[in-house]
Amino acid sequence: MTQTPDLTKRSTPAQENHTPPADGDALLSVRDIRKHFPIKGGWLGRQVGAVKAVDGVSFDVHARQTLGLVGESGCGKSTAGRVITKLLEPTSGSIVFQGRELANLSRSHMRPLRSDIQIIFQDPYSSLNPRHTIGTIVGAPYRIQGTRTEHGIKAEVQKILERVGLNPEHYNRYPHEFSGGQRQRIGIARALALRPKLIVCDEPVSALDVSIQAQVVNLLEDIQAEFGLGYIFIAHDLSVVRHISDRVAVMYLGKIMEIADRDQLYSAPMHPYTHALMSAVPVPDPDKEQARQRILLTGDLPSPINPPSGCVFHTRCPLYREVLDDAQKELCHSVEPQLTEHAPGHLVHCHYPIVRQDIASAQDAGIDTGAAPVEGAVVGIDGAGGNAAGGNAAGGVAGAGGQAGAVDN
Amino acid sequence: MPNTPESDMIDVREGVVEPPEAFLSVRDLHVHFPTGDGLVKSVDGLSFDVHRGKVLGIVGESGSGKSVTSQAIMGLHKGSRARVSGEIWLEGRELNGYSEEQMRSLRGQEMAMIFQDPLSSLHPFYTVGKQISEAYRVHNDVSKRAARRRAVEVLGMVGIPSPDRRYDDYPHQFSGGMRQRAMIAMALVNNPTLLIADEPTTALDVTVQAQILELLKNLQREFDSAIILITHDLGVVAETCDDVVVMYGGQCVEKGAVTDIFYRPDMPYTWGLLGSMPRLDRTRQARLQPIAGTPPSLINVPSGCVFNPRCRFKDRVEGDLCVTEHPDLIEQSPGHSARCHIDPATRRTIWTEEIAPSL
Repeated sequence: MTQTPDLTKRSTPAQENHTPPADGDALLSVRDIRKHFPIKGGWLGRQVGAVKAVDGVSFDVHARQTLGLVGESGCGKSTAGRVITKLLEPTSGSIVFQGRELANLSRSHMRPLRSDIQIIFQDPYSSLNPRHTIGTIVGAPYRIQGTRTEHGIKAEVQKILERVGLNPEHYNRYPHEFSGGQRQRIGIARALALRPKLIVCDEPVSALDVSIQAQVVNLLEDIQAEFGLGYIFIAHDLSVVRHISDRVAVMYLGKIMEIADRDQLYSAPMHPYTHALMSAVPVPDPDKEQARQRILLTGDLPSPINPPSGCVFHTRCPLYREVLDDAQKELCHSVEPQLTEHAPGHLVHCHYPIVRQDIASAQDAGIDTGAAPVEGAVVGIDGAGGNAAGGNAAGGVAGAGGQAGAVDN
Repeated sequence: MPNTPESDMIDVREGVVEPPEAFLSVRDLHVHFPTGDGLVKSVDGLSFDVHRGKVLGIVGESGSGKSVTSQAIMGLHKGSRARVSGEIWLEGRELNGYSEEQMRSLRGQEMAMIFQDPLSSLHPFYTVGKQISEAYRVHNDVSKRAARRRAVEVLGMVGIPSPDRRYDDYPHQFSGGMRQRAMIAMALVNNPTLLIADEPTTALDVTVQAQILELLKNLQREFDSAIILITHDLGVVAETCDDVVVMYGGQCVEKGAVTDIFYRPDMPYTWGLLGSMPRLDRTRQARLQPIAGTPPSLINVPSGCVFNPRCRFKDRVEGDLCVTEHPDLIEQSPGHSARCHIDPATRRTIWTEEIAPSL
């Protein structure tokens, strides 16, 4: 699995300063992971169906880089985070961390690796044990891993508390004595305790007020630079994800709809779902709000038990509803599209991707958008059928046109 | 000393209080909760007006008193330990002096509220339709059948597909967005003239949020009602509101038209809010600019300006005025007032030269 294509590789020269370490090997390579929760029924308790929470997701994460996972509730982003940290067992797929396959490791084999992969949870109220002091909570990873002596733990914990902006003298306080933002710092300190290499941040700032949210986002960025961490940043807030991520994957019904480098995704989004998501984010500017055209999605998220045939998004897709003719629609509801590269490093899970710069966010300085396809042009119709017909189980990481080959194994 | 011209109007005529012109007018509202640890001053001297056909946004962080304010307007503190003082005028009637009984006849009829969490505000044991038609029958002497017809009508109005069939569904059979629509339907069933929406979209996804906000705007256009929208999301405010009240530590620190607040904010806390949020419509900043520190305790409210412990611009004021004296809410331009000791001209310079370019 070392030959997997490098999905996180930067494409435009303007982004040189963000390029991954010279070795180029991903810290974490996830390939086609699936998590299906069985539904038991009947009188023998046999499995009658499955909730396909994560259904074939692939991506890479590099050290010092952040992969953002965005999507609405129920899209499987949190489940994906839990599968990667092995809090949930994947149904199938491969999770390679630093060259080592984690997917089939037992709990006891997984334990030593847990010090390298940590998680920060969304709710700072329920993720800290109210009966334990901060010292116990942040020191627990050391005790579980058996790394240091009791005296060493306290000194180390206090050092970390100070690093995340808490008073080390609060070692003996209980979680209820802290505010939401401070509690999230405690969660970060706990995740940081064993000097991990990868942290899965599951909506770490969603429960916080804006002014506090910015403090925590800055802290996460600082410790990433200081400790060379790789992040998987799971959130539903597109503006926070844009701020913190280097590469962003948009999920819908357990699948990645679109994955690209941050500036590419936000300046030239191609998937109709990404368009709808972006156009729905209200911006703090009344005049722009008046002028904006919203793409409203109709209906509700389909059930992940019986996802729609063909493209899972076609039941709500504005393009499908308003633009495509019957022949084109036929393809959408009969053949599932594969994640296909339409621009360097920009993969889209759609038969008829189009670039919508009218709803794209403000472009970052220095990013050349001249190379982006023409607005409104439907690109990639040719070959879409071919890709779909040749779709294999390992889909999801369809190879890059020029530079990277298709996935071999 | 009166803070605003509006409060002048009341103070000059001792005893005989003239009802204000505005549709809803809140005057010097205080809501205090006695607790074992001390008196919690959740709302401390708040005044604002809402007009028909307009949306007033109340923005603030958790604990700034925005929800407590809306509960006070609805009279939900009556019968609790809360001490509510001040005046709440709705179409010439002063509501703070109303009894629980009198409030009940208004609630649901003339004023209605939409809560943040639709799952916990709908009763899981009754069908959605029954809950809506009950809200109708409380205020209207109609048959069950007529109430059902009305409930189906509003369910359809808020965009629930096949409302006649969904009438008999239980809340758990609805998705989050549909539950919020059902809540809105329940609030609208009696055509209230005042609608208070307390974080109506916070629990929802952005695409659903867009649908709900669109729905609220359309309904308002249709019924010419007044809406108070309570939120912490400045994007939602920019999208839906006409006027804005920015709350901090139980006080209004700035109020004005939505364009004032976004294009000419005049108070360091508002600047801080605008600077700390990442924005999709602007070039990505290398770094967010958070407001240092944490929101104040409402038991030991900071002396002087309530925002002073977190204010970056305290040094722009001579001496220690910020710490010693509570600034008044002073109107700088028509309808736009702010509570700050910094000289107005200096504030304008700080905004145009230091804050606006960095957003």
